[in-house]
Amino acid sequence: MRKHLLLLLALALIVSFKASAQSFLENSQVNGAFQTDAQYYMLDEGIGITQYEEEGKKFGINGFGKVNYTNGNFTAGIRFEAFLPQMNGFRKELKGVGLANFYATYDNGFIGATVGDIYDQFGCGFVFRSYEEWSLGMDNALRGARIVLRPTQGVTLKGVYGRQRYYWAPYLDRNMSADDTRGVVRGVDAEWDLNQSIPSLNESKFKMSLGGSFVSKKQDNQSSLYNIPENVSSAAARINLGYGNWAFSTEYAYKINDPSAINNFIYKEGRALLSSLSYSQKGLGVVLQVKRVDNMSFKSMYTGKENDLDINFIPPINYTHTHSLPSMYTYSTQPNGEMAAQLQVNYTIPKGTALGGKYGTKLAFNMSQVNDIVRDSVAFGNQVGLNVPGTLGYTSKFFAVSKHRFFRDINFEIDKKISKDWHLTAQYINLYYDIETIEGHSNAPAVKANIGFLDVTYKINKRQSLRLELQGLWENEVHKGYEYDEDEDLEHYQKRGDWAAALLEYTISPHWSFSIADKWNYGNPVEEYRDHYFTGTVTYIHDATRIMLSGGRQSAGVVCVGGVCRKVPASSGVTLTVSTSF
Amino acid sequence: MKKLMTLLLMALVFTGLHAQTKKDLPNVTLKDLNGKDVNIAKLNNNGKPIVLTFWATWCGPCIKEHNALSDVYQDWQDETGVKIYAVSIDDSRSTAKVKPVVEGKGWDFDILLDVNSDLKRAMNVSNPPHTFLFDGDGKLVYQHTGYIEGGEEDLYEEILKVAKKKK
Repeated sequence: MRKHLLLLLALALIVSFKASAQSFLENSQVNGAFQTDAQYYMLDEGIGITQYEEEGKKFGINGFGKVNYTNGNFTAGIRFEAFLPQMNGFRKELKGVGLANFYATYDNGFIGATVGDIYDQFGCGFVFRSYEEWSLGMDNALRGARIVLRPTQGVTLKGVYGRQRYYWAPYLDRNMSADDTRGVVRGVDAEWDLNQSIPSLNESKFKMSLGGSFVSKKQDNQSSLYNIPENVSSAAARINLGYGNWAFSTEYAYKINDPSAINNFIYKEGRALLSSLSYSQKGLGVVLQVKRVDNMSFKSMYTGKENDLDINFIPPINYTHTHSLPSMYTYSTQPNGEMAAQLQVNYTIPKGTALGGKYGTKLAFNMSQVNDIVRDSVAFGNQVGLNVPGTLGYTSKFFAVSKHRFFRDINFEIDKKISKDWHLTAQYINLYYDIETIEGHSNAPAVKANIGFLDVTYKINKRQSLRLELQGLWENEVHKGYEYDEDEDLEHYQKRGDWAAALLEYTISPHWSFSIADKWNYGNPVEEYRDHYFTGTVTYIHDATRIMLSGGRQSAGVVCVGGVCRKVPASSGVTLTVSTSF
Repeated sequence: MKKLMTLLLMALVFTGLHAQTKKDLPNVTLKDLNGKDVNIAKLNNNGKPIVLTFWATWCGPCIKEHNALSDVYQDWQDETGVKIYAVSIDDSRSTAKVKPVVEGKGWDFDILLDVNSDLKRAMNVSNPPHTFLFDGDGKLVYQHTGYIEGGEEDLYEEILKVAKKKK
């Protein structure tokens, strides 16, 4: 009933806005957005779906509507969410309807204050980042307050305080229970851009900015087994340097002991480092990145193991694939420890040269690899152990790289406009994916695959075009050295082996797109998994409104956005998406 | 039934709002590729149209759209004086790649970094690519979500309308 009252109140407010003075209205701006994703599930024994109901229903609906109101320096907004129930593969705690998010901000350039739900990040996010990702059903907004101060040009100071969103759990008058031990998050951040604050450096080729942050959580010790620290603090420092075409940035973070379900309740400190060096000039861009993460999971609830209540964000730096076959194996950050490196080169062969042709040829090369860190046993009492709960866990040499490889991706892409009507993109990918570590399939052999795709677009005329996409994934070693147990490990063979995929899309600009696609797991070592995943999709776009209807099979897999992944079960049925903004 | 009521009410509220909407350049500050602060509300192209396009290094259709825009940008500028700001919504996992990608692909747009998705939220962008066209006074005149091959032609028709109105 309270929700209805709130809605009525919102309605009344809007009506009163309409009725109020014209001059006030002229300064007022209202905008918003609305999206509904709905799925209707069907039985499909071919891909093993014999139980197709979600929460006892044949359908799942995820929807949100949000409205922002602005008047000069004042902005306020609300967001409603509805999961009736949530779609397949989303967390069941999302089920429900309500006002998920609200905020009000006053910002005059010198000082800004926000109350309500806050999205912000310090530096690259090593110690603090609150954000929302609708397609994952993820939202770790901080409900509380934020102050931003900009005392002089180039200097920004921030302070945040609050408690994170935990699905629909109440923020304040909550019952302290074993499954909701959320702590309070507090943080400050300072950033100083020398080029903007020192007039003589304003137009300098030399660029420099510095930043530092401090974030802590205050939590109650609910454990009878461990002495959980009530205050866990973390700090990070960063520097960005640039000279002409060169840029260098680095951030280092440190966190005191923070025993949690993720790190197996060890009392070790956490560390993280990310450095990037890049060179760019017209037609050429090169970026090299290295990263080290050691025991840096930072959640406001120490018992949490899921993709929620993360206070920080550890960015994965590998290439993000968007085609359906390579994106089946997307890396997600291992917060307990990883050593990663990445090199990307983008080069355009200039127009008018032999290889560049009339339009130029765009080339891209990317290589990334992630390995584990090296851990050495520590002594406790009169014993020695590795990662034993209640101890310091392990020691780790900063620059040592474990032989245990989590992930490697070497890819090369060519993007070429051949003529006015023809456009071609092709990519070759060599992939290594430790599915046991990344997806938790114990004892499953790593994926070693060659992947290729060809994407050809033909413009029929000014408005219509055809696009054909052909993909192949060849995994040769799936049988070797692994005897699977029929009952226990069969599911580890889902999606394994060779794949072929094709997509044909016909578009009529600016409104229509029709496509049919098939993914075929023809080389699966388990015969009953050699399935086709056929889908058909129609999309209609009008200005900021998009309506998409698709039907067919969805393979079991992982949907990843921003390095955070959500497992999606296989499904069969119809999906409708309607989104608009105004 | 209660839920249905709620949804109906929601719909009512949104339609009520729809009738009087007006969206201009929001008061959000982003950084450019040199780290300089840029307030979106103060973007100014001397009375000529402004295009804001949301993209990301990992978004295939966005790269297509920007490659297509890049091919025609010089002609558009000569004819209408339009200025394109390409707002990257790459977060910290790929911000370091934005400049090398932009330069490597040879794009001439002004690039803005929306690392914390502040502008994306303020302008209600759900998924990239999403393109907004503002007239010389900073009034929103056209927006389009997604990219369909040839979509830049429709954008250009709208830009021409705005540019003509000014003359």
